[in-house]
Amino acid sequence: MEAILALEDGTWFRGAAAGAIGEARGEVVFNTSMTGYQEVLTDPSYSGQIVTMTCPEIGNYGISAEDVESRSPHVAGFVIRDESPMASNWRSDMTLREYLVANRIVAISDIDTRALTRQLRSGGVMRGVIATGAQLDPAALVERARSIPQMEGSDLVRGVTTEHAFDWPEEDPGEFGVTPERLPKKRLKIAAYDFGLKWNILRRLSAHGFDVRVFPATAPASELLAMKPDGIFLSNGPGDPAPLTYAIANAKTLVTSDVPVFGICLGLQVLGLAMGGSTFKLKFGHRGANHPVKKLSTGKVEITSQNHGFAVDPASLPDDVEVTHLNLYDGTIEGLRHKTHPVFCVQYHPEASPGPHDADYLFDDFLNLIEGARG
Amino acid sequence: MPRRTDLKRILVIGSGPIVIGQACEFDYSGSQACKALRAEGLEVILVNSNPATIMTDPELADRTYVEPLTPEILAEIIERERPDALLPTVGGQTALNLAMDLAAAGTLDKFNVELIGASVQAIKVAEDRQLFKDAMREIGLDVPQSGVARTLTEAVDLATTLGFPLVIRPSFTMGGVGGGIAYNIDELRDLAERGIELSPVHEILVEESVIGWKEFELEVMRDCADNFVVICSIENIDPMGVHTGDSITVAPILTLSDKEYQRMRDAARRIIRRVGVETGGSNIQFAVNPKNGRMTVIEMNPRVSRSSALASKATGFPIAKIAAKLALGYHLDEIKNDITRLTPASFEPAIDYVVVKIPRWNFEKFPQADRTLTTQMKSVGEAMAIGRTFKEAFMKGVRSLELGRSGLMFAPTSFDEEDDAALRKRLAIPTDRRMWDLFRAIGRGWTAEQLHDITKIDPWFLRQFIDIAAMRETAKSHTLGGIDAPEMRTLKRAGFGDQEIALAVGEKESAVRTKRESQGLKPIYKRVDTCAAEFESFTPYMYSSYEQVCESNPNSRDKVVILGSGPNRIGQGIEFDYCCCHASFALREEGLETIMINCNPETVSTDYDTADRLYFQPLTFEDVMAVIETERSAGGEVSCLVQFGGQTPLKLALALQEAGVRILGTSPDSIDLAEDRKRFSALLESMQITQPASGTATSRAEAREVAASIGFPVVVRPSYVLGGRGMAIVYDVNTLDRYMTHAVDAAPEHPVLVDKFLEDAFEFDVDAIADATGAVVIGGIMEHIEEAGIHSGDSSCVVPPFICPERHLATIRDYTRRVARALKVIGLMNVQYAIKDDVVYVLEVNPRASRTVPYLSKAAGVSLAKIAAKVMAGRTLAELGLTEDIQVAGVFVKSPVFPFVRFPGVDTILGPEMKSTGEVMGGSTNFGVAFAKAQLAVGQRLPERGTAFVSVNNDDKANLLPIARDLAELGFHLIATRGTAAYLRAYGLEVDVVYKVNEGRPNIADEIVNKKVDLVVNTPLGRESFFDDRTVRRAAMMHQVPCITTLTGAAAAVSAIKAIREQGLGVRALQDYYAGISTEKV
Repeated sequence: MEAILALEDGTWFRGAAAGAIGEARGEVVFNTSMTGYQEVLTDPSYSGQIVTMTCPEIGNYGISAEDVESRSPHVAGFVIRDESPMASNWRSDMTLREYLVANRIVAISDIDTRALTRQLRSGGVMRGVIATGAQLDPAALVERARSIPQMEGSDLVRGVTTEHAFDWPEEDPGEFGVTPERLPKKRLKIAAYDFGLKWNILRRLSAHGFDVRVFPATAPASELLAMKPDGIFLSNGPGDPAPLTYAIANAKTLVTSDVPVFGICLGLQVLGLAMGGSTFKLKFGHRGANHPVKKLSTGKVEITSQNHGFAVDPASLPDDVEVTHLNLYDGTIEGLRHKTHPVFCVQYHPEASPGPHDADYLFDDFLNLIEGARG
Repeated sequence: MPRRTDLKRILVIGSGPIVIGQACEFDYSGSQACKALRAEGLEVILVNSNPATIMTDPELADRTYVEPLTPEILAEIIERERPDALLPTVGGQTALNLAMDLAAAGTLDKFNVELIGASVQAIKVAEDRQLFKDAMREIGLDVPQSGVARTLTEAVDLATTLGFPLVIRPSFTMGGVGGGIAYNIDELRDLAERGIELSPVHEILVEESVIGWKEFELEVMRDCADNFVVICSIENIDPMGVHTGDSITVAPILTLSDKEYQRMRDAARRIIRRVGVETGGSNIQFAVNPKNGRMTVIEMNPRVSRSSALASKATGFPIAKIAAKLALGYHLDEIKNDITRLTPASFEPAIDYVVVKIPRWNFEKFPQADRTLTTQMKSVGEAMAIGRTFKEAFMKGVRSLELGRSGLMFAPTSFDEEDDAALRKRLAIPTDRRMWDLFRAIGRGWTAEQLHDITKIDPWFLRQFIDIAAMRETAKSHTLGGIDAPEMRTLKRAGFGDQEIALAVGEKESAVRTKRESQGLKPIYKRVDTCAAEFESFTPYMYSSYEQVCESNPNSRDKVVILGSGPNRIGQGIEFDYCCCHASFALREEGLETIMINCNPETVSTDYDTADRLYFQPLTFEDVMAVIETERSAGGEVSCLVQFGGQTPLKLALALQEAGVRILGTSPDSIDLAEDRKRFSALLESMQITQPASGTATSRAEAREVAASIGFPVVVRPSYVLGGRGMAIVYDVNTLDRYMTHAVDAAPEHPVLVDKFLEDAFEFDVDAIADATGAVVIGGIMEHIEEAGIHSGDSSCVVPPFICPERHLATIRDYTRRVARALKVIGLMNVQYAIKDDVVYVLEVNPRASRTVPYLSKAAGVSLAKIAAKVMAGRTLAELGLTEDIQVAGVFVKSPVFPFVRFPGVDTILGPEMKSTGEVMGGSTNFGVAFAKAQLAVGQRLPERGTAFVSVNNDDKANLLPIARDLAELGFHLIATRGTAAYLRAYGLEVDVVYKVNEGRPNIADEIVNKKVDLVVNTPLGRESFFDDRTVRRAAMMHQVPCITTLTGAAAAVSAIKAIREQGLGVRALQDYYAGISTEKV
């Protein structure tokens, strides 16, 4: 079946339907990771986005029940160059197409994804529509793309956060997880905000000796502090951090609570705003598994997993906030630390999934911070 | 951290002659390293015995030694040059082993030379299989169970514990030489014995087989701050059991999930750290059990490799260049990515295309060789193709192999009628033709499950092949007119060449092309940019695809397209790539824009900074024409150079010209005139230049007729071939008939050439350059050391000629000039001559760059290819300051190397069909030393004393006498077979008799094995080689006893032995030769 991807700038691509029948709307972005399409599909941070994989062969190893980052796919739509006609892997449970159809994700394949990527690189991310079926009208689809609300200023977190608090069961790292360098003498308690949490963060926290209770994004900070956690965690999540006033207010409370705080991705942006900084939208974001990040204290470079469209403005930060990590591609902030409070956060994904495990040490750092804070 | 300031002079070791397993990828990496080091202001001392390399261009290093790669020679160079450090990681296994030898001998310590890039300890851990396994277990990684054996008994004991099948891997050999898979005790005994013999440390690893597991490679880099990146991931379509050099491989890895891939990446990081490679690149191989994901580590190369060259071309990330910088102390993040300019080298390339590499074998040259693919590499070259999908890359890769029509995936072959059982067997035991067998099986409807059971190839790839076959079936069910635009688009997007489609619908390729163009279907070009379009690319490194948006972005300058030589094969290798590179350098100097088209990932020509623009494309008419049309679209004039890439571009010349492309230099008509035997004979006759009597034949009857008129023996060969493919010397009618029956399909459009064979003639090669004014400069006259009948590529030769009378040289020069003018040659021309009974004959003229151009250029210190390119672009020789014939700077001998050690059972005797894979050069002020060096460089260490075994056929006995006498005078103890001994004794020489192989024991083969013989002189006993001789030659080769099979070769060896004894070898840099500075010890 035919499909069309239409962009707000008037360009459109004709290809083949590769998922559910219907129409998908969202902000069109690209991800350069060469593995991990399943983790991408199920990362809640992609909520509201149509994701283009730049790697051309997608679906080859199918879908495995164990490799999900949340209950179901969160992308608004999916764009690929060549859809695998089969799934070939010992862990595979179904094909990509079966998974997309079952989860009502509209996808398009067989289009010039490199041309699309270059367009997004030069024109910036833009709104777009994927529609499937015969006799599609590209002009009408372009119009529809233009009618999609802008991502800036929208609160996308409410759509993906958990409704009720829950405890993540203790688990070992499993066959594919990195074995932590050390574990706490006894397991520690973490209270985590779910802004669109990837499960691998929970798996990694658990593997590093933390028992995690996950709270809805809107839960007041007092509720988290009430469980007397050893540490607080602020998760990744979709969209613009600026409209998340409730989260920023809670973060302010937490920063000064002197309970050790660790944040990832949107967590960093929320903390950045809470500590007095401001955020801005990147032209085409960072989405992939190959971004070099320099840890300024050691000069070492980590290859990181990334997924964000907004960043903290370094000029906006007050003196008591220190930049700890920088992106070597464009010099944007990748890590922050509060100079007096036990707070640190990174813009990238130390939990990887997909991507390299270079930054897993940050979970050790969290443990050190907690143990240090307790004396 | 900026680079170390304590290093000033760096010694770089190259990989020596091109051999199977070590080809021009090390010229690519070595020259990149030299350039990178010099760009940092360091002085580079380069040693490589291979003159056909870019790295030995005198301008690439401060001191260039084209000398044998032995520890003694290296020690002499180190003593003279006093480098601060040695970079051993860019010259393959050869350089690594030499560095280890120099360390063990104390040379490095003595002269205070530091190893950079890899330490002795790291090399040991990576190369010693047991140390490596122990290290892997220590860091918690899984490795196949195994044990080390130093004797046959130990090997058999290990077999009982581990069970069959077993993999045998000799320690410290390159390209898996001597390794193999043993399925039973007999095979184990054979392999173990050979492996122990071939390993420099005489040990083998006997290993649990993981045959059939999926095979992966990671190309990784690490800097001295412990930053680590994966440059490229590679998946072998052929599972474990086939050497990666013989496997079809694909990048990136296509069948691993992120979880599996990241586990592999973590392992790679731990491995490089544990082995202790502190800076530079490594290749790490893994096997994964497809049933349960169990991952084991197979091996690690602590250096750049064939795979790293492939990875560099596949990603645009220049591994060797970066490795050289890291060795100086830079960190990855301090080095810029050349392609994006703005981002650092500390990242992992993201690729948005698929790369497929397909090996090219030359088994047709070794009919007795075992074509089974095992753990020992047998291919001689490879083609790489880039496409937006696997299908596209695969189909482009197949056509890049240039196997002719019969090499197309769907061409009918003689195996089509074979029964299922036979086909099944051919699929189960991989050979070079397995991919074609696979498509045959698909054609018979075999399912992916069946095929996976037999081949263990991952079902994902099998499904891709099945889809390709189905597309072809659909196309086949139509006429060309019935293929509508969407179907044509589908076929083209899947990588089908016009020729494949033409074959399917039974039309001409041109008809498909016309139809396709009428449907508005043309390829566009995408860029290789290291980052999947995330950043802008500043290097025009491109591949074609049938997509929407073209990124070629040509400009309106006048430009020259240089056609490369495609995958390496015997007869067309690095020499032609060298010429293409020089053509590009020269034309850039002339202010022209250069565009390179080639598909060989090993080469310097496909380095993105060799030409202004690089198209990584197959060298077919369709693909070349599409590039030219795209480049033309911007308005500049586009002309084409076809002289430099060997036969590959020449074959396209006429078609390109017919399509309106301007061919620079010698016209395609002149090329055709030189190739067309009838036209050419008439031309020579009209000029009163002598040539052997000849004729052409397209049938058995015609061939008999020609032979009858000119008389036996005759040389027969197809026209338009390189490297003597299908060439034979025929002494009788029966052999001629046999030849005509099986040789005619070598080139159906062209007849077979039949020439009178000039027995015992002396042969010469001449390279010359002519310009449009008719000026001709002779680059050099090379005298073959072996007599006529041996392919010029397989013959040792010397410049200047050493025993040829001046009057003949004058005739040769005269003929060369006249022929060049008659053919209106503009550019290079190679002429082969023979002198017999005081008559000079022209054997053959090739109006193009020849194999000897780089060697001659190195000997003279003048780049003939560069001059030729400039002349072709319109300059005159006079303008370039060349008014006289070029003089060489010393005495230089070129000697070939052969791949026989990899092909047990193949006779080592030479003939008119070229069999050598590479060459070395030895230089000196006299012939003896130059020849001795060339011999040493190919691994023939001529003895200074000891026992010489001589055995020659009756015709040769008289000529053997002076040689035997010289040997006796030099103090050699002579032994000979009865006939030869009797003859020599009759002339008063003391000779002991030794049994022939079939006469009893101990025979001569035993003596060789027992190391009682130091030199073998053995000319073939008859027209057809006898078993006896073969055994002797083979034994000599396997035990590294110099074995000389021609009398002229023997005479040369004797003069070399004399020279070594009198003056030693000495070393001298090319720069000193050219400046006339003598540095040799006398």
